[in-house]
Amino acid sequence: MTTVAVKPATFAQALNRALRDAMAADPAVHVMGEDVGTLGGVFRVTDGLAKEFGDDRCTDTPLAEAGILGTAVGMAMYGLRPVVEMQFDAFAYPAFEQVISHVAKMRNRTRGRMPLPITIRVPYGGGIGGVEHHSDSSEAYYAATPGLHVVTPATVADAYGLLRAAIASDDPVVFLEPKRLYWSKDTWNPEEPPHVEPIGRAVARRSGGSATLITYGPSLPVCLEAAEAAQAEGWDLEVVDLRSLVPFDDDTVCASVRRTGRAVVVHESGSFGGPGGEIAARVTERCFHHLEAPVLRVGGFDIPYPPPMLERHHLPGVDRILDAVARLQWEAES
Amino acid sequence: MTVMEQRGAYRPTPPPAWQPRMDPAPLLPDAEPYRVLGTERAAQADPELLRRLHAQLVRGRRYNTQATALTRQGRLAVYPSSTGQEACEVAAALALEERDWLFPSYRDTLAAVARGVDPVEALTLLRGDWHTGYDPYAHRVAPLCTPLATQLPHAVGLAHAARLKGDDVVALAMVGDGGTSEGDFHEALNFAAVWQAPVVFLVQNNGFAISVPLAKQTAAPSLAHKAVGYGMPGRLVDGNDALAVHEVLTDAVRHAREGGGPTLVEAVTYRMEAHTNADDATRYRGDAEVEAWREHDPIALVECELATRGLLDEPRRKGVQDAAEAMAASLRERMNQDPALDPDDLFAHVYAAPTPQLREQQALLHAELEAERDRA
Ligand SMILES: Cc1ncc(C[n+]2csc(CCOP(=O)(O)OP(=O)(O)O)c2C)c(N)n1
Repeated sequence: MTTVAVKPATFAQALNRALRDAMAADPAVHVMGEDVGTLGGVFRVTDGLAKEFGDDRCTDTPLAEAGILGTAVGMAMYGLRPVVEMQFDAFAYPAFEQVISHVAKMRNRTRGRMPLPITIRVPYGGGIGGVEHHSDSSEAYYAATPGLHVVTPATVADAYGLLRAAIASDDPVVFLEPKRLYWSKDTWNPEEPPHVEPIGRAVARRSGGSATLITYGPSLPVCLEAAEAAQAEGWDLEVVDLRSLVPFDDDTVCASVRRTGRAVVVHESGSFGGPGGEIAARVTERCFHHLEAPVLRVGGFDIPYPPPMLERHHLPGVDRILDAVARLQWEAES
Repeated sequence: MTVMEQRGAYRPTPPPAWQPRMDPAPLLPDAEPYRVLGTERAAQADPELLRRLHAQLVRGRRYNTQATALTRQGRLAVYPSSTGQEACEVAAALALEERDWLFPSYRDTLAAVARGVDPVEALTLLRGDWHTGYDPYAHRVAPLCTPLATQLPHAVGLAHAARLKGDDVVALAMVGDGGTSEGDFHEALNFAAVWQAPVVFLVQNNGFAISVPLAKQTAAPSLAHKAVGYGMPGRLVDGNDALAVHEVLTDAVRHAREGGGPTLVEAVTYRMEAHTNADDATRYRGDAEVEAWREHDPIALVECELATRGLLDEPRRKGVQDAAEAMAASLRERMNQDPALDPDDLFAHVYAAPTPQLREQQALLHAELEAERDRA
């Protein structure tokens, strides 16, 4: 119902606005990381924040990921709400000790006395032609660690809405930003405050009755494209965007699969030990009698992330998804 | 009553067990970066060494401009130029013996090339067809390392292993000023000092870690000062003075080889270009600073000394330039050929023998490629 002229915004700009609004709304929100100040981050997500809120609220830290997150833990202990930026997925690993031993466990270790409302922003995934160590699909490591929320938006609106929710969360949130969507665009209505989306709710981005594609983050646009292509073959695919891996929205996912009877999970992460295995198991446990075929997975290969010139062979594309959809005609096959 | 009076027996002396392990004074770096070019010391420099440094510097500069041009032509995905820092790169390679090892960071393509790595192979990582691009054992150059400072403990381990085996091998590990903030830097220096490992750490302090200036990286008087706390000497050197860097590194390498343990060398230099071709340096620094460093160009410094001593006549200068140009032409030509890509490469080297799952995924890829060919 928009009557006002809408303005286009990129995914990165939506994240920027979410940070700005969160900082304006709550003086406890502090942004920190490598190059987040003067430069505005290598993806410009923190552009202008240091200027607007000062170096103390948007801080260029020394170059040390363990130090960035470790100090954020102390800041959160003292009542601040740090939002830390890890420059690239593979450079967040020095901070794993802090993520796993402290950030994820502090509430539990202190019987709820010391919650850590930290948002850890991690640009992740491939498709941008990054050189070695710039394109890891690291979501499975985080999702396997109890105590963390793991969120990954795929649309411009969710980039805003979920980041606001992550910052407002009293629990630590690993906020995974699909790098290849940073420049994707959508329109905003500048007159209306953008919607804040609660963490943990999946949504159907396309409805259909033949089968469900279950996906998130960087693979959402690919799945939507595959669904369009499948239409020509007479398959009417529903596409569910998880938005959050932890907590997992069993209800939305299973409601869809019960209706369609068939499902494929799609992600860039390697197949073995990737989130797809967990999702397939949950769907099978809950929808067994509704399934017409086993739940299939389409993921990246189980290889170290390849060099950019070969990444198109590794990333699940439309064809690989359609092949899986074709394999869902289980009766015909057996 | 003061606290001292209350305590009565308090003596302001250290407890008996405590004594400093060593006198920190000889470990402390000089107050000013060590320089040779432009001082009287330069007169003693070996003419052959000066000429070699000069030829390598000119070649290195040409390599940098050529690689940067290749990014504009889309032949190279990204290139972190070391223009302005060539003296550090070249000296790093020349200070080592053949049996020694170099552990470069992602900006040190030039050091790898100066050590003998094929100019095209050294760019393979940045072109994007293979992660390392060269055989590390061929010239004893570890893969160019992107995760910052993580190669430093490797250098310590290799040097330690060599010593355990009785080989007099030295490892030279390179890192940027930003990288010194990482925990791995601390751990590497500490291990090296405790083990007295034959390692030399070369910090190229080029002023910035992407956009972050040194002042936001450390509060230490200099990065070389960091050495003292670990119990190793710290040396501060003018990183644009090829002769000074060469001399300090050669000393440190000799010291390590003779069993004297590690040294931390901070070379003060400047990054003349942006962080990479993808970076916009105008966001965080002004032209005046860059211009001031342009006056202190590493090539000009050496040429000035050569000219003063009558060691650089026109034919010689032209010879050096022609050689650099020939290298650039060959680099350009070979980089303009499309790399031979083999999708099977994805699976070839994940394990010594592929797992059944990988073989399955490889078969899937073959089927996809075949379908693609059929459609075309
Ligand atoms: C562990 C890690 N964190 C972050 C990065 C991203 N990054 C690449 S280069 C760079 C700056 C490095 O600065 P410095 O060490 O001074 O070296 P220089 O680029 O100046 O040569 C950063 C932050 C990285 N490569 N590795």
